[in-house]
Amino acid sequence: MESIVQALAGIVGKPYVSASAEERYFYGRDPGLMPAHAPDYVVLPRSVEEIQAIVRLAGREKIPLVPMGAGMSLSGLVIPQRGGIVLDMKRMDGILKVNEAARYAVVEGGTSTGKLHAHLNRYYPRLRFSTPDSPAAATVAANVMIHGQGRLTQQQGFNSDMVSGLEVVLPSGELCRIGSCALSDDWFSKGPPLPDLSGLFLGWFGATGILTKVGIKLYPRKKMRDVEIFITDSPDFVPGILYELTHTEMAEDINIFAQPLPLIFSGNHHIVIYFTGDSAEEMEFKKRTLFHALDGFIKSKDGGFMTVGEGMKKTLLDMPQRSATTFADVTKGGGFEYSGPIVPIDRYPQCSRKLDELAVKYDLKYHATARIIDKGHAMMFAFSFTFNRADADMLNRTRMALSEASEYALSIGGLFWKPTLDEQRIALEKMDPQTARLMKRIKEELDPQGIMNPGNWEGI
Amino acid sequence: MYQLKFDEKRCLACPDGACLVQCQYLKYEADPARKEMVKIFRGEDSPVLQDCVTCYACEEYCKRGNHPFYLINERRENKGILTAPRAITRQWIHIGEPKGKYELGRIGKIALSFGFMPQLKEITKGRLFDDVMPSYFFGQEFFCNVVYIHFANTKVFKERLPVVIENIHKLGVEEVVFLHDECYAAFTSLAPAYGMEVPFKSVHYFEYLYNRLTALKDLIRPLNVKVVYQRPCSNRLCGDSHLFVRKIMDRIGATLVQRTYQDETALCCGSIFRAMYGYDLMADVQGRNLEDMAQSGAEYCIFNCHGCMNALSPLVAARGMTPLHLIDLCRMAIGETPEGGR
Ligand SMILES: Cc1cc2nc3c(=O)[nH]c(=O)nc-3n(C[C@H](O)[C@H](O)[C@H](O)COP(=O)(O)OP(=O)(O)OC[C@H]3O[C@@H](n4cnc5c(N)ncnc54)[C@H](O)[C@@H]3O)c2cc1C
Ligand code: SF4
Ligand code: SF4
Repeated sequence: MESIVQALAGIVGKPYVSASAEERYFYGRDPGLMPAHAPDYVVLPRSVEEIQAIVRLAGREKIPLVPMGAGMSLSGLVIPQRGGIVLDMKRMDGILKVNEAARYAVVEGGTSTGKLHAHLNRYYPRLRFSTPDSPAAATVAANVMIHGQGRLTQQQGFNSDMVSGLEVVLPSGELCRIGSCALSDDWFSKGPPLPDLSGLFLGWFGATGILTKVGIKLYPRKKMRDVEIFITDSPDFVPGILYELTHTEMAEDINIFAQPLPLIFSGNHHIVIYFTGDSAEEMEFKKRTLFHALDGFIKSKDGGFMTVGEGMKKTLLDMPQRSATTFADVTKGGGFEYSGPIVPIDRYPQCSRKLDELAVKYDLKYHATARIIDKGHAMMFAFSFTFNRADADMLNRTRMALSEASEYALSIGGLFWKPTLDEQRIALEKMDPQTARLMKRIKEELDPQGIMNPGNWEGI
Repeated sequence: MYQLKFDEKRCLACPDGACLVQCQYLKYEADPARKEMVKIFRGEDSPVLQDCVTCYACEEYCKRGNHPFYLINERRENKGILTAPRAITRQWIHIGEPKGKYELGRIGKIALSFGFMPQLKEITKGRLFDDVMPSYFFGQEFFCNVVYIHFANTKVFKERLPVVIENIHKLGVEEVVFLHDECYAAFTSLAPAYGMEVPFKSVHYFEYLYNRLTALKDLIRPLNVKVVYQRPCSNRLCGDSHLFVRKIMDRIGATLVQRTYQDETALCCGSIFRAMYGYDLMADVQGRNLEDMAQSGAEYCIFNCHGCMNALSPLVAARGMTPLHLIDLCRMAIGETPEGGR
């Protein structure tokens, strides 16, 4: 053990390696609900070469290696299930380039979403990326690795759809570029018109390689941004409302929330519609179009636009939006976890009713949130619960509620998002066996020793 | 249960059918107007029940002591005719629900009522209020619940208003100065119309301000500004208070400029139209109103209701006028620098 610490220190320098109990305790868990498991070592590299050396060392010694961003994905994906090394990417936080004309940025594998957001705000006020609502420490690489969603997901798809190139350290220690950057230093496409190899890495949770650079597409940032909320008293109307709204192609982002507390929100479904523009005329045109799209629902009294006061507007327009983080501590005791399957938008009513049922069955505080993906092809529906970490019974009830929610979502045609190990297993079992075999062959080919984030997407 | 007092005979003998003839959203001549009100009273169907947009104005237009809008409201409720989307009504009912989170100042014989409008706490500062503050109350327990008449829902206020009256009575106040004119109207119009007894004296804050400005007249430096006033729907339920607007403006040296949509022809701020009917009615009413304000050459647009202020402030500002609450303007006249006046 001592020799591994020394070998790692030889690669990254002594201050950036630890095998101390405190560090191992801390790196053995995430803020979600999965059982902890401590790593043997924690290492914080600063360069691609250091990562290559660490991967080679891990391969030689057959030590598991778990890459980690901010550890905020909540479903245990950074918990080293079989010990080994946690590779904390936070020191790799550079913004390597921004190509303003071609609208993309290239960042290192540990650069936080907050840092990229601040950098663009400051130096490129006409550009933006699809900021997720996770705490600002969450990293760009991890967010695309888990197919995250952000402010532009309604328009552009999953955040991983907005990747424009990757640099990956393979489990062999070799360095590989994916997309246009494999042929030149231009990072405008992650694949097309070449075979798109990004699928060998995105969604694999580090089990097939470590992202050291990510090209991410940037989009026009308009001068003005506003928000309206359409409310309806039945989940059955929600898919139709979404269909009309997305048809206009006027919204930036569309989210939904429904929660029993505070009372003002009780019993209604709130469809939060963001829109942007460069002038008052453009804003008014978009607003009018969005309102008119829902005239039918207003006439039949099935829904209406609520008044959004200044305070609420400010909270909603915040980026990232902090209300999710505030909700996370409603039940004092700091526990927050959600199951956020990706489901077709017509399943909203079923998911909403299931959540009500689970909250009663397990006696938990809850809220539903959803984010529309790619103009309505699908939505992320979050079954969210808060809990008190000091209350073992509540913890257990939350676990059961979450697992029931996930299974339910799968049973109605949904897919797990950032699945836990158990959920990955269930998905592999349900999958077309030929697809599961292909995944297994990919994993075995890239990581024959099975050292990369072991447990994840291991074939059955 | 409380019954609305409405005298059909007054309609039958009504010379002008002013309620519907003056209505800015429906088109009626005197004779059909009268007939329609009688039909409505008798529980028959009427297009008015579908088309009235709840601007409250006919409560003021009827000079014969009837309550045309309250009647329309009653009949709509009986027939299950919705004005607002169900979700909007539900949300508002939740907003007004007492939650035990009220606030009491040091209550004296006279007290200020902030209803359930938190913004009112912020503007009742300075010399104008120092003879009554900190005697005030605030919270859903003291909220008039009149707003539900927009939603053709009389059940809520019939249930809640007597409790609110009792809550205020229990404070031991003799006189209440209402800073929200919907609250004032609840106790001077709605409650009497339904035969509810009000055991305290209700004073509209316009009257209170006027008297305070008179007492503090040595401090007044005429403002010499031109203003327009956005009259809220709720003021139609207490038209007597409206006279004070001009008197107050005269007192502080502000000129209330002449425009089309003022006094009895005032237009709604649009926020309730937006929630109940969508974009077009809101945009039409706001557009005409703002154009009229801009044409008048006013420097300030003065508000009485924070709902109107929320809806119109950015639009007013975009047309070069400063949006300001009436209280803030009065404070400026006595040399104070209110938040909103900066
Ligand atoms: C309050 C709250 C709100 C949230 N809102 C959103 C939201 O709006 N949208 C959204 O998408 N998510 C959201 N999330 C979920 C999550 O925080 C984000 O998706 C976040 O981007 C995850 O990044 P991370 O750096 O914390 O990932 P981590 O948890 O550190 O890592 C996630 C996965 O990526 C792997 N990984 C990390 N870095 C690398 C790398 N360089 N190479 C290879 N693999 C790597 C890890 O091994 C792990 O499997 C939210 C979370 C919270 C707590
Ligand atoms: S309500 Fe008043 S104005 Fe209307 S018809 Fe009756 S008496 Fe006349
Ligand atoms: S409330 Fe307004 S819209 Fe309705 S009838 Fe009376 S004046 Fe007309």
